Amino acid sequence: MELLSIAFAAMLGSNIILSRFLGICPFLGVTKKTSSAVGMGLALIAVVLLSSIIGYALNLLLVALDMASYLRLVVFILVIASFVQLLEFVLKRFFPSLYKALGVYLPLITTNCVVLQVCLDLVARDYNLLQTIVYALSTSVGYMFIIVTFSFIRTRLDNQQMPSSFKGNAIAIITAGLMAMAFIAFTGFKF
Amino acid sequence: MNKKLKTFLNGLLFENPTLVIFLGMCPALGTTSKIESAVYMSLCVLAVLLCSNIIISLLRKIIPNEIRIPVYIIIIATLVTVVDMIFHAYLSYSIYKELGSFISLIVVNCIILGRAEAFASKEENSPLDSIIDALGYSCGFAGAIIIVAFFRELIGSGCLSWAGNEVRIIPAKYTISFFQTNAGAFITLGLLVAVYTYFMNLAQAKKKQKEAKKKLDEKVNTAASLKAEGGK
Repeated sequence: MELLSIAFAAMLGSNIILSRFLGICPFLGVTKKTSSAVGMGLALIAVVLLSSIIGYALNLLLVALDMASYLRLVVFILVIASFVQLLEFVLKRFFPSLYKALGVYLPLITTNCVVLQVCLDLVARDYNLLQTIVYALSTSVGYMFIIVTFSFIRTRLDNQQMPSSFKGNAIAIITAGLMAMAFIAFTGFKF
Repeated sequence: MNKKLKTFLNGLLFENPTLVIFLGMCPALGTTSKIESAVYMSLCVLAVLLCSNIIISLLRKIIPNEIRIPVYIIIIATLVTVVDMIFHAYLSYSIYKELGSFISLIVVNCIILGRAEAFASKEENSPLDSIIDALGYSCGFAGAIIIVAFFRELIGSGCLSWAGNEVRIIPAKYTISFFQTNAGAFITLGLLVAVYTYFMNLAQAKKKQKEAKKKLDEKVNTAASLKAEGGK
């Protein structure tokens, strides 16, 4: 039950984009086309899931060595950056078609705040390994759900008439606001 | 316009990180429910951007080109840890909590890595130029998020507050608390972007008109001078 409520809160209730305002840059950047939003979402799920597990293990090590307070951030960002690089090599060698499909979105993930935030969250909330996996998976699935849905809306926004100063990102941000309004309905939902 | 002023204005207006090139959007939405937290967030970004630009522009000859991005990330992460510890020590707890993980997330803020890569590491920009560039970009960021925070706090709660002191401007009956919510953040920022784009477009159109007029004048002048020559 507890795992279910963690998953629900991470995916919908306090959605990482709409109610915690994280990962907004790629949210605006890759949602112009649905295919790129799907690619970004899939790449992000893989990176968040695996880097949070590594981050969980490394945090235990840092706490044991009593260096967590000042080294945590540096270690986490290094893990994420090198993990993204490693994933790039592995995909290129073993799954070239997937590598091609993800393209430029893979290296971009390093600067996506979602990955770092999930690592910081699991430390701040004192999750165990199972909770970490559930939390990481549901957060990144929630992220993908929002960017794919938003890309559907955005492709339709392109052919609407509007004042020229609203065109592009201004109307996109306002649309995201309307989506956030709809998502207020999920807050405070408990199992 | 001399080069230093141009560098400064570029970050402040023409390439405003929040309103024009849309980098570092997360804190622009997440820390703008109060003016106070927006101001402290901007101070944080200013400190990190200034230090990272200075350090990277001084070290650019030493840093090998192939591993420059990891090196930048480590420099930035260390600076952020320092700033985070200073804020934790000296800031009131409620504000520190409000900023929350947005201070740690400056590590992955694209403004900082972007300026390191696009400006501070370039051969033609001296460390002084990098300082001016950092000031321009962080002022641009600060301006944008403080404006958003001002409207959100004013319309959403009707008060302007600083360090626990409140001044009520709009009676509590007439406030729209929607602007304090998450959705309100998106919509306020979207409207600000639209207004900013409107004025930028206006300025651009004026500039174009001026240039077209100048060209026309030149044409008329050359035609006149040709005529005069022909007359001779």
